[in-house]
Amino acid sequence: MAEVNGSEVLVLVELNPAGEGVRKTTLEALTAARALGEPSAVVVGGPGAAAAAKAQLAEYGAQRVYVAESEEVDQYLVAPKAEVLAQLVAEKQPAAVVIPSSPEGKEIAGRLAIKTGSGFLTDVTEIAPDGTATQVAFAGATIVHSKVTVGTPIYTVRGNSVTPEPAPGAAEEEQVAVQLSDAAKATRVVDRVVEQKSSRPELTEASIVVSGGRGVASAENFSIIEALADSLGAAVGASRAAVDSGYYPHTFQVGQTGKTVSPQLYIAVGISGAIQHRAGMQTSKTIVAVNKDPEAPIFELADFGVVGDLNTVVPQATEAINARK
Amino acid sequence: MDIVVLVKQVPDSGSERNLDPADNTVARGSADNVVNEIDEYAIEEALQLKEAHGGEVTVLTVGPESAADAIRKALSMGADKAVHVVDDAMHGACAPQTSAVLAAALQQIPFDIVLCGAESTDGQLSVMPALLAERLGIPQLSGARKLTVEGGVARVERQTDGGYWALEAPLPAIVSTWDTINEPRYPSFKGIMAAKKKPVQKKSLADLGIDPSTVGLATATSQVLDFAGRPPKGAGVKVDDEGDGAAKLVDFLATQKIV
Repeated sequence: MAEVNGSEVLVLVELNPAGEGVRKTTLEALTAARALGEPSAVVVGGPGAAAAAKAQLAEYGAQRVYVAESEEVDQYLVAPKAEVLAQLVAEKQPAAVVIPSSPEGKEIAGRLAIKTGSGFLTDVTEIAPDGTATQVAFAGATIVHSKVTVGTPIYTVRGNSVTPEPAPGAAEEEQVAVQLSDAAKATRVVDRVVEQKSSRPELTEASIVVSGGRGVASAENFSIIEALADSLGAAVGASRAAVDSGYYPHTFQVGQTGKTVSPQLYIAVGISGAIQHRAGMQTSKTIVAVNKDPEAPIFELADFGVVGDLNTVVPQATEAINARK
Repeated sequence: MDIVVLVKQVPDSGSERNLDPADNTVARGSADNVVNEIDEYAIEEALQLKEAHGGEVTVLTVGPESAADAIRKALSMGADKAVHVVDDAMHGACAPQTSAVLAAALQQIPFDIVLCGAESTDGQLSVMPALLAERLGIPQLSGARKLTVEGGVARVERQTDGGYWALEAPLPAIVSTWDTINEPRYPSFKGIMAAKKKPVQKKSLADLGIDPSTVGLATATSQVLDFAGRPPKGAGVKVDDEGDGAAKLVDFLATQKIV
């Protein structure tokens, strides 16, 4: 087994795309990394990225901040970040590398594993001090404990599975020279396009998610799902059936072929609870279901279920929640 | 244009899936084995590229003998031929090892573009295009909801939260697709009959120049120590809406300190 001892742990920072500080996933990764040693944050981004992130990194226990800033790193996909991390792994010989588990984060972890001859574990929900990671497999039905056996262990931490806890960190800055190879510049990111601007929280980061399914019955009627979500400050999700029927955009799909979410509260409205959907929400802490079919499998998962017409129950609930404010 | 599409056989995600307690690997006998669903979109995209640009579509699969069924499915949709890497030594291989095998196989197949699904329903790592790009030194265009190829350049819309990133890279390159990219065709009767006659080349690790002792459970870069079924949730409360369902729901949220 690769030994993990109490020394430096590199944590890749996921910057907020809006340009304000770091994403919550970074604070979760810093918290998870503290089980293994002293976290050092690694900021790979455009000029000024580290300055915007530093206060939060210090607050969540980063002892050092490696600053790899260059105009170039954001112009290419995934590979530049893996290259900077590989350079740091060679120089600093850390006990482990911890990365937030976004699609990009997992790809960075994979490329880093090949570059450093290491093993990696994705979507971990917990890291123990001996390096053992917990993962959920098969749509949340199976809990697995795994360990990296070769090289410098690399973990990606699944969003919303670790509660960020502040801890003092010196956040001492060290500049890292960025010299990208041609291989790191293979895929150019020409544009980043935001199509759905939403004031609601990001689906995978939200602490409450309200999702609608086929039972919502039309795109227009999703407004009652949105209203309930807004009364709770929640993100909106949709089942595959709702997305395939054109009721709601694919980017909000929760399930096997969509997003996996693990919020504090998940409210499933008009969703039967096929395995396709359960795969994406089964590990939510508390599950509430509203469905007119008393036999719907979603009720097997629900902590609280209402058998009834969503068109009456949901607006009434929204009104009652708003009235309590 | 030479097109290779990577196809993986997985346990059906619609049925009960398990790990094998003997060695903590995926129990392939516990559920029906099917083509990984998102791979069908990669196959369709490969066929559409062929229709637009000419050339051949080769299916590449790594997996046990039973994976021949997945290859037949791809061939019946319209792929031209297949390479099946099958070797008992691969049992329990980790993702980096599997990527080494796929990379070695790809070095024996001429290609302009490699297509694959963006995620498998069993491992759900979503990393294979990144691993192969790293090993082969080719561009990675992953998570595509749209692909166009023109003048030796691939352009992809990489699906993101609330939008997309426009990516661009010269061929040869590897592209992974989501289920938003197209609508896969069903195999026709003619296609199913024709698939039976299409060539499937079997290769062992030795054929790929890979030392079998470097692949498989014993030398995997990570190991499953143990696993357990997720503890069943205690039965929740279920109420019939008799005009007070919403009120009871909100009361429940209040006990959870949510409202």
